[in-house]
Amino acid sequence: MSLSPEFSVLLYEGRGSQALPPDRRFALCAALLDRGYSVSRAGLGARLAPGQTSLLVLAEFDDGHAPDLEDAAHAIALSACDIAGLSPDAVTDLVERRRGSQPMNQPGLWKPWFPVIDYSRCTNCMQCLSFCLFDVYGVSKDGKLQVQNNDNCKTNCPACSRVCPEVAIMFPKYSSGPINGEPVSDSDVKREKMKVDISALLGGDLYARLRERSDEAKTRFSKERDASKALAERKKCLTKLMAEGMIPADVLASLPSPEEIQRRATAAAAKAEAALAAAPSPQP
Amino acid sequence: MSSPEPRLLYCRCAYAQVLPQDVKDGVLHHLCSAAHPFESVADLCEMSARRDPRLAELASAPLTIIACHPRAVKWLFHAADAPLPDSTEFINLRTLTAPEACQLLPPPA
Ligand code: SF4
Ligand code: SF4
Repeated sequence: MSLSPEFSVLLYEGRGSQALPPDRRFALCAALLDRGYSVSRAGLGARLAPGQTSLLVLAEFDDGHAPDLEDAAHAIALSACDIAGLSPDAVTDLVERRRGSQPMNQPGLWKPWFPVIDYSRCTNCMQCLSFCLFDVYGVSKDGKLQVQNNDNCKTNCPACSRVCPEVAIMFPKYSSGPINGEPVSDSDVKREKMKVDISALLGGDLYARLRERSDEAKTRFSKERDASKALAERKKCLTKLMAEGMIPADVLASLPSPEEIQRRATAAAAKAEAALAAAPSPQP
Repeated sequence: MSSPEPRLLYCRCAYAQVLPQDVKDGVLHHLCSAAHPFESVADLCEMSARRDPRLAELASAPLTIIACHPRAVKWLFHAADAPLPDSTEFINLRTLTAPEACQLLPPPA
């Protein structure tokens, strides 16, 4: 997702304002964070990041009035609001109004789901690149495997992590380890090395099976065959993977036609082969 | 000269809640009861997905990150072109209870 909240919130308790009771501070921070805002609890020394364009200062000001603020360098839009007497919900509503039309992701409406590579484990074998049908992976200028299109990744689908022989692919929002980033044990590595077969299954046999089944279905039901039946055929073939929790149902439902799957799998494999061929041979 | 005290960074995991609610609430409450300033973000995964430039700013100084598994957090920063310094410390709210995590933080004021 490219939406970018270059807008952040500073909960200010320095000179000219009241210190907040801990329970109120907690309720305000929790409400804002749960709505997707970053909150600094800092004094005057707060640091701004490059790219940040506006900062909203929230405080219970001594005289009940928020001061007019201006960034001497004119690099950032500064504003302040007095929040005395406002409930946490009223404060988050106020912040939403101040953000105005600046775009932002919303918790609950979108889940950050994409592979994260542990480069201390990755051997640049490109199996993940050959496996992924959705063009999530690419190759950097210096020939390294890279996650390039994380928006293409299918939410809740950790299938590519099971293809990696080095257990180098993580999905931090996944429920269990080592995919969620837990330390990798020797038994994880052994198990994942066996699972490489899945890559062959998905890259070849499975698609061949899909086509065979589709051909069978064509002969048997040529008159009545329709798109939903074709989908049902694909679903049957993938049940086993789904049973292992590796491919969620909505991803199955969004798989392209077997022909398109074949085309994409070939293109991904060619990209991986080209990257491997261009890579310098490993130093002894 | 002693090195500066690490900044505290708390991740709320707001976009898909993999951290237990009682643990993240207990730790946030503790942070809000201490005199120590801190940074809190809604979701480091969401920031990494957008390559938020604030991650590079956060990674530019000593940091203690209160989030999930250190291996995931380290490579999430890396994915956003914001590699963390080797000195970075982690408090893992996916494995610790709230009291265990709070013991590793500055005490309440
Ligand atoms: S499959 Fe694993 S080891 Fe191979 S390139 Fe992908 S992440 Fe690296
Ligand atoms: S870094 Fe960990 S705790 Fe933070 S949002 Fe991602 S999964 Fe949740």
